[in-house]
Amino acid sequence: MANIRTMSFDAVIVGGGGSGMRAALQLAQSGYKTAVITKVFPTRSHTVSAQGGITCAIASDDPNDQWQWHMYDTIKGSDYIGDQEAIEYMCQTGPEAIFELEHMGLPFSRTEEGRIYQRPFGGQSKEFGEGGQAARTCAAADRTGHALLHTLYQGNLKNQTTFLNEWYAVDIVKNADNAVVGVVAIDIETGETVYVKSKATVFATGGAGRIYASTTNAHICTGDGVGMALRAGFPVQDIEMWQFHPTGIHGAGTLVTEGCRGEGGYLVNKDGERFMERYAPNAKDLAGRDVVARSMVLEILEGRGCGPDGDHVYLKLDHLGEETLNAKLPGILELSRTFAHADPVVEPIPVVPTCHYMMGGIPTNVDGQALTVDKDGNDQIIEGFYACGEAACVSVHGANRLGGNSLLDLVVFGRASGMFIEKQLREGINLKDASEEDIERAMSGLNRINNSENGEKASVLRAELQTIMQNYFGVFRRGDFMKEGIEKLKALRPRIENVVLEDKSNAFNTARIEALELQNLFATAEATAIAAEGRTESRGAHAREDFQDRDDENWLCHSIFYPESKTLGKRGVNFNLKTREAFAPKVRTY
Amino acid sequence: MLNVSIYRYNPEVDDEPYMQDYQVDTQGKDVMVLDVLEKLKAEDPSLTFRRSCREGVCGSDGVNISGKNGLACITPLSEAVKGNKLVIRPLPGLPVIRDLVIDMSQFYAQYEKIQPYMINNSPAPAIERLQSPEERAKLDGLYECILCACCSTACPSFWWNPDKFIGPSGLLQAYRFLADSRDTATEERLAKLDDPFSVFRCHGIMNCVQVCPKGLNPTKAIGHIRSMLIRSAT
Repeated sequence: MANIRTMSFDAVIVGGGGSGMRAALQLAQSGYKTAVITKVFPTRSHTVSAQGGITCAIASDDPNDQWQWHMYDTIKGSDYIGDQEAIEYMCQTGPEAIFELEHMGLPFSRTEEGRIYQRPFGGQSKEFGEGGQAARTCAAADRTGHALLHTLYQGNLKNQTTFLNEWYAVDIVKNADNAVVGVVAIDIETGETVYVKSKATVFATGGAGRIYASTTNAHICTGDGVGMALRAGFPVQDIEMWQFHPTGIHGAGTLVTEGCRGEGGYLVNKDGERFMERYAPNAKDLAGRDVVARSMVLEILEGRGCGPDGDHVYLKLDHLGEETLNAKLPGILELSRTFAHADPVVEPIPVVPTCHYMMGGIPTNVDGQALTVDKDGNDQIIEGFYACGEAACVSVHGANRLGGNSLLDLVVFGRASGMFIEKQLREGINLKDASEEDIERAMSGLNRINNSENGEKASVLRAELQTIMQNYFGVFRRGDFMKEGIEKLKALRPRIENVVLEDKSNAFNTARIEALELQNLFATAEATAIAAEGRTESRGAHAREDFQDRDDENWLCHSIFYPESKTLGKRGVNFNLKTREAFAPKVRTY
Repeated sequence: MLNVSIYRYNPEVDDEPYMQDYQVDTQGKDVMVLDVLEKLKAEDPSLTFRRSCREGVCGSDGVNISGKNGLACITPLSEAVKGNKLVIRPLPGLPVIRDLVIDMSQFYAQYEKIQPYMINNSPAPAIERLQSPEERAKLDGLYECILCACCSTACPSFWWNPDKFIGPSGLLQAYRFLADSRDTATEERLAKLDDPFSVFRCHGIMNCVQVCPKGLNPTKAIGHIRSMLIRSAT
């Protein structure tokens, strides 16, 4: 008997970061009974760490800027497996979504004209790549994520959204029709397990950077949404596509914004050479992130790395002057002084490519509806289930995300999901109630951990998992290595399933949460590994030494990982633009 | 070996809180206090604390470190260890849920009281509301607050009246909206603060300034609010 309390809502959003709170705001404004389940107090979500800005053609820096140019850049950046319809929607709707945030109070930096300040970011161009570098990233100094997340939380307070703060969603509850009808969740403070029933369940659970040993991601980025979806039997898309950010602080992993290079900083090797001039003669340090990260790794592998072990390169900022650094990059000065013991005003920051962003995720349409693919290769909507933000793969980032596009993605599609669900609720949603067995099934993983007796500790298993992913599925990948990595993961699986929870107490038991998070980390890592080994080409962030070229004939498509068979399928890329002809794949150079 | 002493309390097991001593091998490295906590939790998973970003921007891991409130993730041992000893306690003044985790409801309630959101009822333009760089500069030193509660839980006035005195963090945010050229609710905001407790319980002790991990100055913001209140009364 699933003898637990039930709480009922019209819509439940799992995750209190940018996309979750944007969706919640939309629904709260519409008057529907909405709750946000978030494992940390909302302003502790990882959106808070975004620094450089939110890219959008608001035509402040350049009054002639066009959203179509932003669309072109994003499609090219995605290495042509971003869905063009979704990218078009994002770039076109973006300005409206940004102005809403500003009206809500987001403290953007300003130009002399009083408009929102925009800075150059990687992969940006004017006139469809022909007009030189654009400056399209709207910024609040180098604390844009902080400013955005707090503004959204404040907007939700104003609209009286119900927050279930420090609650942890354990698993999806599906009804007899395979529709999603809520989640089982734990109130972390009391340990109470509750069935949170909902007509619409939105996963805004963020990324999973913690599958790697070295990541810019917060401790909380453990792929909870991807893990839950996979356990419920739903597929994930393009999960092999992981962005390694060029500038993580060496050793600490903390992020140094691409805005540093946007403001004029550049990378140098041990000889002081500005090496990006060789790899990307036009865009140089503002080439796509995948290109810059690979160039850095090649410099290091070829013996031109910096430091006693030659295992990083330098990001030079001192030539920008103290005044500019204080005004434009104050947070970076703080972070570098704290974590690199380097003062950027006088010395360079040691940096190395570091796992940063999950381009893949739960496949959705532009309305946020989660999809699966049937036997005949047709998209099927999963009733009651939605996703947005990093957890989703809508897909606007394809094989490589452009800097500043993650914040735009989460605002635009958080908003779109909210609007669509509002419409559906108005029209009426009728889903069968979950049975006792349905709820019981969603509790089985939790029950197993609660009854564990003699397994290994979560901390040990997590470290092992992270090392495997770091060693076998990093910036450069190779088939035989990846097969070895997959074998190691197979051996790790039963040990992780058997993780021990020694402390069975109820009050704020973070050990229980970490044991559950470990299951999600593993599920995400395993999907990543199988998809990475299966995609036999190089595209965007997925760079294979044994298949060095892009293979449009076989792989101009999404990969779809099916959890039950642990196999890889393909799904077509959307090339249907509403406003013009689609952009055909071209060789991608910067 | 570093001697670490940590406040422990599990309401289901312990009748009262106690200090537990650990020894940690830091290999002589000047790591952060959070690294020490993570290392200990790997050994003793029952040790309980909050953490998220580990880079000083999310505000989860405010704790009392060798007597001073701060964020565990950006406080290096070189600043925290005295005589080879590191003492970690929960932030003072609020109820303890377990170990280093405190119940922050009162802190959040004070934040909510100041209406921490933009109020401007004039019709929004089709683009952003314009704001000059000078007007925007007035928000610097205010909007960066991460709600870690280091300041409010270091404030004796907040310890005394956590239900009636807004506290330094909430007042810093109150001023963030009073100072914003786009906000039109100045009078309404001041009226809500105009009582003997909300603002005027601040006695200029300035513990808040001393502990703020973001280098912000709530006392200065409170001074500005006082001036505005006095001006609006005359």
